[in-house]
Amino acid sequence: MENLIALLVAAPLLGAAVLLCGGRRLDRAGHWIGTVLAAASFVVGAVLFTDMLGKGAEDRTLRQHLYSWIPVEGFQADVAFQLDQLSMTFVLLITGVGTLIHIYSIGYMEHDERRRRFFGYLNLFLAAMLILVIADNYLLLYVGWEGVGLASYLLIGFWQHKPSAATAAKKAFLVNRVGDIGLSIAIMLMFTTFGTFAFGPVFEATGDTSEGKLTAIGLMLLLAACGKSAQVPLQSWLGDAMEGPTPVSALIHAATMVTAGVYLIVRSGAVFNGAPDAQLVVVVVGAVTLLFGAIVGCAKDDIKKALAGSTMSQIGYMILAAGLGPIGYVFAIMHLVTHGFFKAGLFLGAGSVMHGMNDEVDMRRYGGLRKFMPVTFVTFGLGYLAIIGFPGLSGFFSKDMIIEAAFAKGGTEGWILGSVTLLGAAITAFYMTRVMLMTFFGEKRWQPDAEGHEPHPHESPKSMTIPMIVLAFGSVFAGGFFSLGDRFLHWLEPVTGHDHGHAPVSAATVTAATMVVLVIGVAIAWAMYGRRPVPAVAPRGSLLTRAARRDLLQDDFNHVVLVRGGEHLTRSLVYVDHTLVDGVVNGTAASMGGLSGRLRKLQNGYARSYAVSMFGGAAVLIAATLLMRAV
Amino acid sequence: MSATAVHSLWTTAGEVTTAAPGDRFTAPTIEYAQLAPVLIVVGAAVLGILVEAFVPRRARYTTQVFLTVVAIAAAFAAVIGLAADGYATKNAHIAAMGAVAVDGPALFLQGTILLVSVVSVFTFAERRLDPASHGTRVDSFAAQAGSVPGSDGEKAAVKAGFTTTEVFPLALFSVAGMLVFPAANDLLTLFIALEVFSLPLYLLCAVARRKRLMSQEAAVKYFLLGAFSSAFLLFGIALLYGYAGTVSYAGIANVVDGSVQQIDPALASTMGNDALLLIGGAMILMGLLFKVGAVPFHMWTPDVYQGAPTPVTGFMAAATKVAAFGALLRLLYVVLPGLTWDLRPVMWGVAIVTMLGGAIVAITQTDIKRLLAYSSIAHAGFILAGVIAASPEGISSVLFYLGVYSFVTVGAFAVVTLVRDAGGEATHLSKWAGLGRRSPLTAAVFAVFLLSFAGIPLTSGFSGKFAVFKAAADGGASGLVVVGVISSAIAAFFYIRVIVLMFFSEPKADGPTVAVPSPLTMTTIAVGVAVTLVLGLAPQYFLDLAGQAGVFVR
Repeated sequence: MENLIALLVAAPLLGAAVLLCGGRRLDRAGHWIGTVLAAASFVVGAVLFTDMLGKGAEDRTLRQHLYSWIPVEGFQADVAFQLDQLSMTFVLLITGVGTLIHIYSIGYMEHDERRRRFFGYLNLFLAAMLILVIADNYLLLYVGWEGVGLASYLLIGFWQHKPSAATAAKKAFLVNRVGDIGLSIAIMLMFTTFGTFAFGPVFEATGDTSEGKLTAIGLMLLLAACGKSAQVPLQSWLGDAMEGPTPVSALIHAATMVTAGVYLIVRSGAVFNGAPDAQLVVVVVGAVTLLFGAIVGCAKDDIKKALAGSTMSQIGYMILAAGLGPIGYVFAIMHLVTHGFFKAGLFLGAGSVMHGMNDEVDMRRYGGLRKFMPVTFVTFGLGYLAIIGFPGLSGFFSKDMIIEAAFAKGGTEGWILGSVTLLGAAITAFYMTRVMLMTFFGEKRWQPDAEGHEPHPHESPKSMTIPMIVLAFGSVFAGGFFSLGDRFLHWLEPVTGHDHGHAPVSAATVTAATMVVLVIGVAIAWAMYGRRPVPAVAPRGSLLTRAARRDLLQDDFNHVVLVRGGEHLTRSLVYVDHTLVDGVVNGTAASMGGLSGRLRKLQNGYARSYAVSMFGGAAVLIAATLLMRAV
Repeated sequence: MSATAVHSLWTTAGEVTTAAPGDRFTAPTIEYAQLAPVLIVVGAAVLGILVEAFVPRRARYTTQVFLTVVAIAAAFAAVIGLAADGYATKNAHIAAMGAVAVDGPALFLQGTILLVSVVSVFTFAERRLDPASHGTRVDSFAAQAGSVPGSDGEKAAVKAGFTTTEVFPLALFSVAGMLVFPAANDLLTLFIALEVFSLPLYLLCAVARRKRLMSQEAAVKYFLLGAFSSAFLLFGIALLYGYAGTVSYAGIANVVDGSVQQIDPALASTMGNDALLLIGGAMILMGLLFKVGAVPFHMWTPDVYQGAPTPVTGFMAAATKVAAFGALLRLLYVVLPGLTWDLRPVMWGVAIVTMLGGAIVAITQTDIKRLLAYSSIAHAGFILAGVIAASPEGISSVLFYLGVYSFVTVGAFAVVTLVRDAGGEATHLSKWAGLGRRSPLTAAVFAVFLLSFAGIPLTSGFSGKFAVFKAAADGGASGLVVVGVISSAIAAFFYIRVIVLMFFSEPKADGPTVAVPSPLTMTTIAVGVAVTLVLGLAPQYFLDLAGQAGVFVR
């Protein structure tokens, strides 16, 4: 069985190689090759999953050692895979949602000349993401980490003819580099601390390591997670990343890649458990991002950017849960999976709407679409109900668990975190209701596009609606399925461990509170966007609204602090370089040249002078030898 | 010292070491098979003289080239055969009544010398570079070495299409001397080998076809200074004999470390006198340092390298250095190991001034051949750092470096022969401006050699320099390594400057052209590039080989 693990990666990797190197002759079949190989990977994952279910909880971890990558004494880097329950969860999510989005893309990208290349990149992404989650050491994980970064960059900038897309890709790449440095430093720290970076030995050794070192490693891992998962302060790239084709936003920037940070933190649980200070920073980052993303999501009129803010906020929930330690690991992953379903479904729905509306993204120009695209409306609606936590749907279970876990942290900290998560739930209900109302309800506010074409909203083709329907099923039932009898908890507990914490209030109270804030959020949104007509041009809004429209001034902050600061720094460095460094260098060079010119005069061409020099040299040689003996 | 004096010294030495008093003269035993490499080359050189005497002028060139190449190839085969028989390791042996060592370093260096010689001989034989004069293809050597430059006699010789084919047997004699030099196991054999390889070189320096006055001046300077240094060497030998009562390396070493107490009555007043040992040792050292071109005994190098015909320069720069460093290593490791601590500070000083002096003065050179001469001085300093390491790694790193350096050098000088204008080779650096635009391949090849000289990774120069510096650092000479790295940095400047000049300057309108050589020179250059890259990318096999060969027999 364990020999199948490499096949998981091999199938999409082969697809990427064939599609990217195959040239134009594959243009007609490229999308099928890509989709079939993604599906093949899913089938392999399903086979492995079935096999895993047949075993006891202790024997479920599979390992495959492929080859020694860098076999140096004292530095063993292997290409080896480890498939346990945590990895398995991700494998199924990645390949499952990935396959659906491949199918969706067949229809969505139908008119794009470079569709083959698009599928090549998608396959590349799948391969890299799978390496990330099944690697058995941090170095190989880093390979996958960088691989998904590359795929993300290529796909955000897929429509490279648009300057905005090219810039967005560059921005995502640069911001991610900051996080990547965190990961590489973490790996270096691990190597110097433990002498290895394989999961097993590192986690075993954490017990004997000082808290300071673990905190340092944990903070560096958190930096990496912030970059990849768009958490404050490295969140600025995610909104712009929506410049990529919508399937990319659904797969990479909602369901899978952006959750890699959560995976990293949960996987490194042993490190964080030994470093309470690092955990505290993790929950703070999660809590701040949770509110940050939610507030931004309230103000955006671009449907994809509103959803991007929501993604950021939901990942904030997961990071917060992961920061709670064993109380929250399982729920972080559970919310990650359910979020993968409903957020992918929401994005695909948004793509479907754009598909029918001449690629219009401004929700102020939608309105009343429910009659024109019923399937999209229903699937999007179910995703909406799931994300706001409507009782019985996926988001209800997973989010509720996180809120309970936040309270269960105990003490003042627990109260603060619990309140923040509740507040987040209220805002989530508000902004998602706003999206729903502006898009599918109210009056038609359609406007002709730049070339004067009137939009003719229509339902999307089957290849697009079927994935949406499948994802909608996941949005509705996954949470309940996972929660009944604590299935998911029992599945994941052997890997992550679990702790119930000390809840100051009962679970029923929390659920009731959640329902109350849900109703409040929906009611406010209804009052603002359901009862009144939505203006076609955005009103000026309050100070907070204006700030939220500008992503809470994230880019202004980065510009003033980092760009300006960086420019000043480089300018002063250039000055130092020109005056001081160049001065020393040029001075040395000039003095060497001068010395050379003077010594050169000794070479006067007369054999007699040369003989004298030799004689003198011999005399010194002999004298020095004798002197050495005398001393 | 007169010939009779040398003779008496020889017989006395023989009596002390080998024959019991009162015995009659017994014929020496000579292991011909173990001396085969030398004997083959000497035999071919003698044949070459007969060829000059008896073979018609028209056929001489072909015959000589054939004979030379075959002889060197056969000698190389003999070296390989000896190494395969284990003479490099477990069967290491002292042949010819204690005169010649057959051991790892000797065979390694002999192999290197022979390989370098054969590619050098290819450049000697090159006849397509100079325009044909009066219907005959000509090489780099004077039509008639004896004619006065610019005289009617010279013109007549040129007109008659004469060529100096004597260069081939001369080169062979020189090679024979070089083969013996690093294998010499007594001081007299050392001296004789030195003279055998030096005298033909003096002559070869003098026979350039173009710029003959300069060539002759170089030869005279080389001869005068060479004779001067030989005198030091010989004096040093006499003093060491006075100290030890023998000229054999092993015998001297025994006296130095005190394992021989018996005093020769004739030398009772001097034997064991340390002043003799120190002064004699230093003088012999000086003679060898002259040959490797170490500061302050280096001053002949630029003048001679510049004046000599370029193929000879390449041969001399590469092969002489190999032979001389081989002899130096043997002297220091076999004869004077007990003196290590006395000689070490002096050798440190020499190595430092050699590295720095060579690198610094090279900066302001304007002639490519002089530039390469100063570069060779700096490299002599780097190799000295490895010599001083006084460890097996030191020996093997020096052996490796010598192999690396000699091929790069021959290749670089072979490229210099290609860049020509109306006056022959265009050696002034200003003429090389923009060469990369006109002849990208030639310039690229030269750039590879320069990068190797500079010790840039992925070239053989890096592997060699790394090995030597590592050995020196491990041997407790970290200070030398620091100086070595600084010198390398200085040296990188002028190597890279030439590359910049070739590739990033505008070509001049009246710039030189690159002659298309025959396959002979092409082979030389190709071998140089191949060795440079192979030893740069995968040096381990050759490092191991040098490591195995790094033990001297005593």
